[in-house]
Amino acid sequence: MAEREISSPAEMEGRRCPFNYSLDELQDVAYRLSRDIIEMTTRAGSGHPSSSLSAIDVMTALYFGGIMCHNPEEPDWPDRDRFILSKGHGCPALYAVLAEAGYFDPALLETLRDLESPLEGHPNKRVLPGVEASTGSLGQGLSIGLGHALAGKVDDRPYQVYVMIGDGESDEGQVWEAAMAAAKYQVDNLTAILDYNKFQQSGPVREVMPTLEPLTDKWTAFGWDVREIDGHDMEKVVQALHDIRSIEEQPQLIIAHTLKGRGLSVFEANEVNRKHGVPLTEEEAAEALEELHEKKFVSAYAEAHFEPAITPENRHGEI
Amino acid sequence: MDIGKSIGLAYGLPIRNAFGETLREIGGENPNLVVLDGDVGNSTRTNYFRDEYPERFFNFGIAESNLVGVASGMAASGKDVLAASFACFLLCNAYDQIRMSIAFPRENVKLVGSHSGISIGEDGPSQMGIEDIALASSLPNFTVVAPADEPSMRAATRAILEHDGPVYLRSGRPRVPIVYEDGMDLELGKANELRDGGDVTIVAYGLMVAASLEAAAELSEEGIEARVLDMHTVKPLDTDAIEAAARETGAVVTAEEHVFNGGLGGEVARVVGERYPVPMGFVGIDNTYAESGEPQELLEKYGLMPSDIKDAVNRALTRK
Repeated sequence: MAEREISSPAEMEGRRCPFNYSLDELQDVAYRLSRDIIEMTTRAGSGHPSSSLSAIDVMTALYFGGIMCHNPEEPDWPDRDRFILSKGHGCPALYAVLAEAGYFDPALLETLRDLESPLEGHPNKRVLPGVEASTGSLGQGLSIGLGHALAGKVDDRPYQVYVMIGDGESDEGQVWEAAMAAAKYQVDNLTAILDYNKFQQSGPVREVMPTLEPLTDKWTAFGWDVREIDGHDMEKVVQALHDIRSIEEQPQLIIAHTLKGRGLSVFEANEVNRKHGVPLTEEEAAEALEELHEKKFVSAYAEAHFEPAITPENRHGEI
Repeated sequence: MDIGKSIGLAYGLPIRNAFGETLREIGGENPNLVVLDGDVGNSTRTNYFRDEYPERFFNFGIAESNLVGVASGMAASGKDVLAASFACFLLCNAYDQIRMSIAFPRENVKLVGSHSGISIGEDGPSQMGIEDIALASSLPNFTVVAPADEPSMRAATRAILEHDGPVYLRSGRPRVPIVYEDGMDLELGKANELRDGGDVTIVAYGLMVAASLEAAAELSEEGIEARVLDMHTVKPLDTDAIEAAARETGAVVTAEEHVFNGGLGGEVARVVGERYPVPMGFVGIDNTYAESGEPQELLEKYGLMPSDIKDAVNRALTRK
């Protein structure tokens, strides 16, 4: 792992930050949580495993990589860092992360989407500790995150707000309203992460909305600090999340190039939308878990699949 | 506009001004209050707050969806949040955001929509909030308040900011008749009886309260005594007051500056029909958009005058 300094858990701006795993530990956690995602959605018989798998490495880095200060024993701790999953359909990833951190009994993962389970089909903050925003109607999370960030500024609190948005979600006008306003108010305590897995419900992003690109140019023009990374390369993810903390008076966007389905063959075989919103059958799940065990880390696959509209001039992160 | 003048009602400030002045007062009492604007602060009168407390005032431009989402996030982080725009732009443009970011998670956000009804006049239908009560009322967890005049708007502004939970407060543009004393009491969810009578009850909110009082005075001259209820809280309804009105007066008429569908009338009818069925009448906007014109001309053309309320009363009484 590249040299970098992370404040020790007790030292991050006076806050208790218990999760500061090593790179090896992070990769192991991401592997186990990927298993959880496949298992819980296959058991439920519905859900969005591929949209969850694309996000799991970044979310693992956030919650366990010495990035976010949070405390499962006090989910409403006012100084906690906040994570909002704006692409709410990826919530199996969020549930897996929150269970791993200890926000609730991991046995609940087996109740995903069941009647009266707090693990609803899309996140409901009123029923599950650790969920910061009820999402599922796309486009809204960045505005909510901006609200948290502004409240932090008004009250002079040390927290950072992270919002994960989707590429398809970025079709929503509200995302750009929020981007514009965040830059106006210079909220450096707001970080957006674009889970750029290249597919939305009815097809590839480049077919559904080819003019979504150039994303880096757009966000830069809106006044944001923008960098691009391989969203499955744990080291690069942690490094980028660490680096952006030094940005002042500017919100930051990390474009995480990811694979919808984390490179697993069963998803890659679907050329339309990488099985958007379709769980694996038990047979497919068994094969996927086997493949996952063999590969574990998919950053090499992610690189091979990149077709980024990135130019050398606007590239901040290394690919 | 001449509603209420024949019975000696004076015209006060526009209720939006009363709202803005009260908000500024509360800003001095509650340092946790933040106010969010959709670039219409000089219309909604949140600019009174802005001038005193600029560090707690945020203008998000003409972008209601983001306005509502930010309100949600600030409330979730513990701020007392009030966001204001025109009734139609706030409710209609940002409806899914109000639903998903405020109503569903029960965030403690106060939404204020000015320029409600057709009495805004010349600016025309694109600016008239005539569906706002229906939209706000259909959202679970929401409280919906529509004050009648300057004193009750002052009281309502205080009451909603003391209430824990999402609220929609309906504000308005024109000067309207004063029906209350200064310093009146307003308890959310409890109707105010402004006039008693034994023959019929008129239930109204907003400008139609004054119109109902004028109608009641004219009916009295014809020997019909009407009770008038100000149903300033449209949701949750004061169902006990409605049931008592049906039992004690035997007929109920509703009046509102809003479309019929999803408005006060249907909700009052639901209570009357379930608890104590009596003949009813309804005054409101009948499935149409209005047009540009002077407020008085519009109220006459679209059937929102005291004479329209009297007609509805007389029709209901023939079925008693």
